[in-house]
Formats: sequence, C-alpha cells, structure tokens
Amino acid sequence: MAPALAWLTALMVVPCALILALGFFRRGTYGGIEYSFTLENFALLFDPLYAGIFLTSARVAGIATAIAVVIGYGAAYAITAAPRNRQPMLLFLAVLPFWSNYLIRTYAWIVLLNREGLVTQGLRMFGYEGEPPSLLYTEGAVIAGLVYNYMPFVILACYAPLSRLNPELAEASRDLGAGAFTTFRRVILPVTLHGVAAGAVFVFVLSIGNFITPALLGGGKFQMIGNLVYAQFLTANDWPFGAALSMALIAIMMVLLTVQARATERGSGQARGAADG
Amino acid sequence: MTTSFFQLRAVLAGAALSAFSGPALADLVISNWDGYMAPDAIAGFTAATGEAAEMVVHATNEEIMGKIIASGGGGFDVAFVSSPFAEVLNNLGLLEPIDPAKVPNLANLYPEAAALPHDPGNAFSVPYAWGTTGLCFRSDLVSPEPASWKDLLAPTDANKGKITLLGTDRWLLAAGFLARGYSVNDTDQAHIDEVEADLTAAKATMLAFDDTTFYSKLVSGEATLVHAWDGWCNYGIAENAAIKFAVPTEGSDLWVDTMVVLKASQNKESAFKFINYILDAGNHRWAAENILYKVPNKASMEGLSPDLIAQYPNMGMTPGELLKLEQLRDVGDATRAYSKAVSAIKAAN
Amino acid sequence: MAERSLGVRRALGIHLALVFAFLYIPIAVLAALSFNEGGLPTAWTGFSTKWYTALLGNAEILGAAWNTLFVGLVSTLIATVLGTSLALGIETRARKGGAIEALVFAPMIIPDIVLAIALLSFFSLLNVPMGLHTIIVSHVVFNLAFVSAVVRARLKTFDWSVTEASRDLGGGAVITFRRVTLPLILPAVIAGALLAFTLSVDEFIIAFFTAGAGRDSTTLPMQIYAMIRFGVTPEVNALAVVVILVSVAAVTLAHRLNRGIVAP
Repeated sequence: MAPALAWLTALMVVPCALILALGFFRRGTYGGIEYSFTLENFALLFDPLYAGIFLTSARVAGIATAIAVVIGYGAAYAITAAPRNRQPMLLFLAVLPFWSNYLIRTYAWIVLLNREGLVTQGLRMFGYEGEPPSLLYTEGAVIAGLVYNYMPFVILACYAPLSRLNPELAEASRDLGAGAFTTFRRVILPVTLHGVAAGAVFVFVLSIGNFITPALLGGGKFQMIGNLVYAQFLTANDWPFGAALSMALIAIMMVLLTVQARATERGSGQARGAADG
Repeated sequence: MTTSFFQLRAVLAGAALSAFSGPALADLVISNWDGYMAPDAIAGFTAATGEAAEMVVHATNEEIMGKIIASGGGGFDVAFVSSPFAEVLNNLGLLEPIDPAKVPNLANLYPEAAALPHDPGNAFSVPYAWGTTGLCFRSDLVSPEPASWKDLLAPTDANKGKITLLGTDRWLLAAGFLARGYSVNDTDQAHIDEVEADLTAAKATMLAFDDTTFYSKLVSGEATLVHAWDGWCNYGIAENAAIKFAVPTEGSDLWVDTMVVLKASQNKESAFKFINYILDAGNHRWAAENILYKVPNKASMEGLSPDLIAQYPNMGMTPGELLKLEQLRDVGDATRAYSKAVSAIKAAN
Repeated sequence: MAERSLGVRRALGIHLALVFAFLYIPIAVLAALSFNEGGLPTAWTGFSTKWYTALLGNAEILGAAWNTLFVGLVSTLIATVLGTSLALGIETRARKGGAIEALVFAPMIIPDIVLAIALLSFFSLLNVPMGLHTIIVSHVVFNLAFVSAVVRARLKTFDWSVTEASRDLGGGAVITFRRVTLPLILPAVIAGALLAFTLSVDEFIIAFFTAGAGRDSTTLPMQIYAMIRFGVTPEVNALAVVVILVSVAAVTLAHRLNRGIVAP
C-alpha cells in the first residue's frame, strides 16, 4: 500500500496542487500567469452558464451511467453463468473492441448513423422514401456513444463480485420459496452492490470528463464539463480559471462519491461476508 | 507586474542542465500536423545538409501550445503553428528571433508574406501556408449560390439542417463578426454579445459544428453548405467537381500557418537550415500540389500547373487578394470573453 | 425450478449476444472500410487491400503501435500490482480514513488535461528527461486507481476468516497471500488489469503531454489524432483490424496453453 500512496503523492498530489494553486492568480494578457492573489476566478464560477453546463453534463453522464449499468450488469451476470473455463475469454471479448482507437470507432458510428449513412441507405434499399432519420448530433447520440464506450467497464467491475457468488446461496433462497426477483433483490444484488457502484463511478467520471464524444457525435452542440475544462487550459489559455473550475469539479465529485460510498456500504451491509464459499 | 512562471522555470531548468553537462546533441525535432509536409522531407533535409532530424506530430494548435508553454519548449526545435498562436508564444518569450542571414530562401517568399500584420519582417515566424475561410457548397444542390455569411447563419429553407460551422473559437466567432460587418478581432463586449446571440440562434438551422469532416459531409450530401477553410474545401472538390468555394461578399479572414524556432532549442543552427530547406521553391511547392493549400512562396507558386488552378480555383487567389482580408490576431485579454461566448453558444439549447 | 432457471439462462444468453452485437457493430464497419479503395469514410468506391499494403510500409504507424503496446503492458503491470496492494491495504485497515479515500478517488475525477499539464510542468521543473517511461508512470497514476476500485469491490465482501484460518494453520503472510487471498481475488485482479490496459492504449491527452519530443515516444492515439487535419486514412482501420485479430489469436493460444487460469 505504501508504494501506491507514494506514487499518488509524488505524481498526482504534488503536481496537481502546483497547477490548481494557479486558480488564485490572474491570467496575463498573453495567457501567462500574473502572480497577484485574487479570488475572481472563483467568483466567475457562479455565472449561471457554468452551473448550467455542470447540470447538463451531470444529467447526460447520469443517464449514460444508468443505461450502462443495467446493460453491463446483465452481461456480466450472463458471463458468470457461462462455463467457468469460457469466462475469461468472454470477458476479454467484451473489451477487445476498445483496443482499436476511440476516434476510429466514433467515425465508424458516424458512417453508420449519419443522414446519408449505412442505416439510411439500408432503409432506402427496402423502399423507404421518407426523410432520413436524424440519429446524430443529438443528446441521445452523445449518451449512446458514452454507453457504448464505457459499458464494458461495468462488465469488468461487476464480473468479479458476481463470479464468486455462491450459486448455492441463490438456490437456497429459492428453495425457501423466494421468487427470482426477490432472490435477486435480497440476495444477489446486495452481495454485488459494490461492483455495481464501482462500475457506475467509472461510467460517470469518464463520461463527465469526456470531450471528444460531444464534439463528434453531438456535433459540438453539447458541452460536457470535460469540454469546458479543456477549453480553459488549451483554447483560452486561461490556466487560472481552468484551475478554479477543476477545483470546483473535484470538490463536487468528491462529495458525490462520498455520499455514494456511504449508501453502498449501507445497502450491502446486511450481506457482508454472507456469500464466501 | 507580469512575470512568467514558465520563463523563470526555463532559466532554472537551463541552469540545472548546464550544471551537469553541456547540451546533448540530439536530432533536430520538428512538430507538425501529420501529412502537412512531404513524407520524404526529413530524408531530403538530411541528404541535403547532413543533419539528422525527426518529425513528431500534434493534433491541434492548442495542444502543441499547451505543451510548449507547460514545459518552456519541451525539446522541440521547430514547430508549425497558426499565426495567432505564434504571436502568443512570442509574447511569452518562448521564440527565437529568425536570423535572415541563416535563411536565405526567405527571398523566395512573396513580398506580402514578409509584411504580414502579425509579424512584419518575419522577426519570429516564417509563413508556411496561407488562405482564407469561406463558403464551401454543393453547387448542384444549392441555388442560388450562397454569397454571404448570412447564408450560413440564416439559411434558406432548402439548406436548413444541412449546414455546418467551424467550431473553433476564433473562426466560429469570425463568421458572426463578419456577418455584422465587424472586425474578426473585435473586442467590444457589446459586439461579442450580439454575435453570441446570432450564433446561438443559428444553432436551430444547422446540422453540426465540424472542424474535421465537413468536406466529407458535403461529398455524401449530408450537408449542402459548410463553413470551411479554402484548402479543406479542395478535398471536397477533389471528390466531387460540383463542390465550389466562395469568399463571402462581406470579406473574410486571412489565416497563416507558420514555422517558429523555440528559444529553448539546442539546435538553432539546424532549425534555420530546416526552415531554409522547406522554403526551397521545389520543396515548398509540394504542399501546394499535394495538400492543396496555397503557400506564400512566389517561386513555388509560379511553378504550379495551370490545370491545378483550373480544378481548384481558390489556389489561384493572389497575395494581393489575400492581404485585402483581415488577418486573425491574438486578442489578448478578450480571449476570455471569446471563450465564454463560445461555451455559451455551444451549451445553449 | 429447473425450468425457470433454464428460462433465465436463455434470457441471459440472448442479452449477452445482443450486447456483443452492439459492441462489435462499429468494429464491423471499420473493418469493412479498411477494404474500401477510396480514402473518404462515407463513400464505397471498390474493394482493395491497398491500405494493408500501405500499413506494412508505414513505419510511423507501426512504430507508434509498438510504443502503445509497450506503454499499455508495462503501465498495466505496475498499476495492477500497486492497485491491488492499495486495495488490500485499505480494506484491511481497522479505521477507514477519509483522506485515503479521497486520494484514491482523485485520479479518476481530476480532469485529464489538468493531470497532463501538471505532470508535464512537474517533469520539466525537475528536469526529468521525458520519453515512453514518463508516459508509463503517468498512466499508472489513473490506472492504479481503477484497478484498486475493481479489487476493492471484491474485497468488500471478502471473508477474512479464511486468511485467519490459514495463519492459524501456520501459513506465513506470503504463503497466505499466494495460496489463499490471491486465488480468491484473482478474477477481480484480472478484470482490473484488463480495464487498465484498455484505458491506457486509448489514452491521448496525458500521453501527448508526458511524451518526450521524439518519434520514439509517439503513441498510436497521438499519431491518429494528428492525422485529423489532413484526413485519417483507412490504414488506421487496417491497423485496428490487425490489432484485434492478433489479440484474438494470442489470447486463444494462451487459453489453450493455460486452461482455467481464472477459476478461483
């Protein structure tokens, strides 16, 4: 544990503290840093524009997370139901598409879904003559892209807790007369809740920080927090405001994650240790 | 008092380096977009000068800028960046003055290219390619032919939902500024607010913001009219001869991509030799012929085939025509207001 | 009872098949485009294997692919060891500390661009020579957090009495870890490692900032994003197809040689 903490301290805490501290200074005229203490960057955060972008991206990331968790949990469950010696292979196949490149995969979706794309051409081949469906450059397209790219991480997070779930436990529950849904809700879910929580955190944090999917699948008509932070540091060359924005984001996310961790702890408390075989 | 943390750090780092040993003699390192110079340019340079060099790639101006600023130079010797970014790097004290004695091929440039508003006399940047931004459209699907920025922002019914705008801060706002007859470098907050409102309204009639695949959308017919850089419109024309480029009647911007030498470079002599190699008439012509961007090199452009200009009419724009357009400049403190306006436009629904 | 479980099993099978279909749709499209003669992604102009030939001659793309593989493997290895030890350390502590929790969450929520600029400024300040090694240590920062989150999810319901039993029977700490703890948490460790590798090979912004200035530290995502301005050619699609086929072949082979490695 000590080497990991040392690694994080030396390569994350110290460097990030140096950059985030810039939030208390001013942007120079040409984009450098003017070293005079100010809180104006934090005051700027209260502009409704930024709160709006935060809420929109939290909503988009939240919806993507909910969908990814439901689909991914089911897939992880299905993998653990397969013969044991096939499970590693199935797990590997679930992440394999993501060893290609993000940009190339996203372009492939665009080729498929754009108004003159493969889906439209396919529809026309079957005699469809109406207006082509508008599948891209919408909030739905952004959400679908996030679900696509991050759902496999839910599978990975849920697989281990599900795989060691003692099948006899579920059977015992059913033998005692519990229905499938009750067995799931009272026995399986509590034991695997920490996996679900970890997977949900992965999708949420990766989605809210994403800045390529909104630009390509969303046609740039949507902003995630990731786009906003990227714009401050690179486009506007305004590191102080970028730092202030990042601090606010980190603080909010820390609170959300702490609340979520407490809730998970409570939800699974009853099942602790019950299922190891 | 404005001091640069990065300058201070570069001095410290330099002191630390010289305390240990003399500068290591490494290859000349050039950072560029992939595909922006001849694939054999590095080999040709080495053959011509005996100097070793390698090219690394960057995706955007913003990213290479961020890297150079954060590291004070980052081990690069020559970087290709657009002119407003070169201005910022120069203002931050990160660029080496160009030594004309070491770059004799500067004489190949058009006189206009040595008198660009951002850097008259090529003190810190050498122009590599230049052009303008305008309307790129399918002449077979759009009628009448678009001629104004307003055709992009308030399109005819036939073009609604089939328009893309450039999404990068400066060019997106330029479309709005020009439509209202303002300067592309306007810093008046009232004007920025007006343009923010115009562009927010334009979202309802557009397909998407697109900086990278707009010409491909035009070829497939997904879009009929796009906001485009002249050179990129040529990629569409190459695929479909019905695609045309027009500079709007209100005028447009002049963009210039430049080569700069980093102050932190340990290979300045080779860096100048490299720039000189690129400015050779034949070498520089490669960019015009293969990537279809105009180059500010008189000797190169005069050798261009008339057929090429017939196929891609905007390749025939003269330096005089280009210089009538207003060059994008760094806008200093207004960068913040620009960034906020663009975030507001993109976040609006 | 048996019938219902058969029904559930079938439903799960169908769900999994649909999920895999969803995951592989764009892969099928990009594979098809790798055989498209023209360079534009939107128009089919005829069958050709020229992009595969071009790929073989493209030293930049192939070199970048090797660098990416190297960074992915090494950073995954380090992150898996560190992340697992961190998870074990946190979950066996008697008192949970908020500070440690925050420290472990932080790499996941710090925006990539902040970590990227922070690391580059930090390395330059200390005058650290940069290269693939600086990308690797930087990728470990976020990867170890993801690995530890996966392993912790497993440890939350771990029955520590089995390790106590091992100790009671005279097993030392090392023996207990190797023979008792590790086999039980191995599925989580493997899942965490797969997650880390997947994140690393596709990561662009941190790699770009922490790479040295030289071809020898250019990774594949850096190379591909740099192609955007003048067109991403289908050579990259061809490469993706090759990567996927080689991975399948390698894993199938490893699977044959080492059956059931994961079964706890």
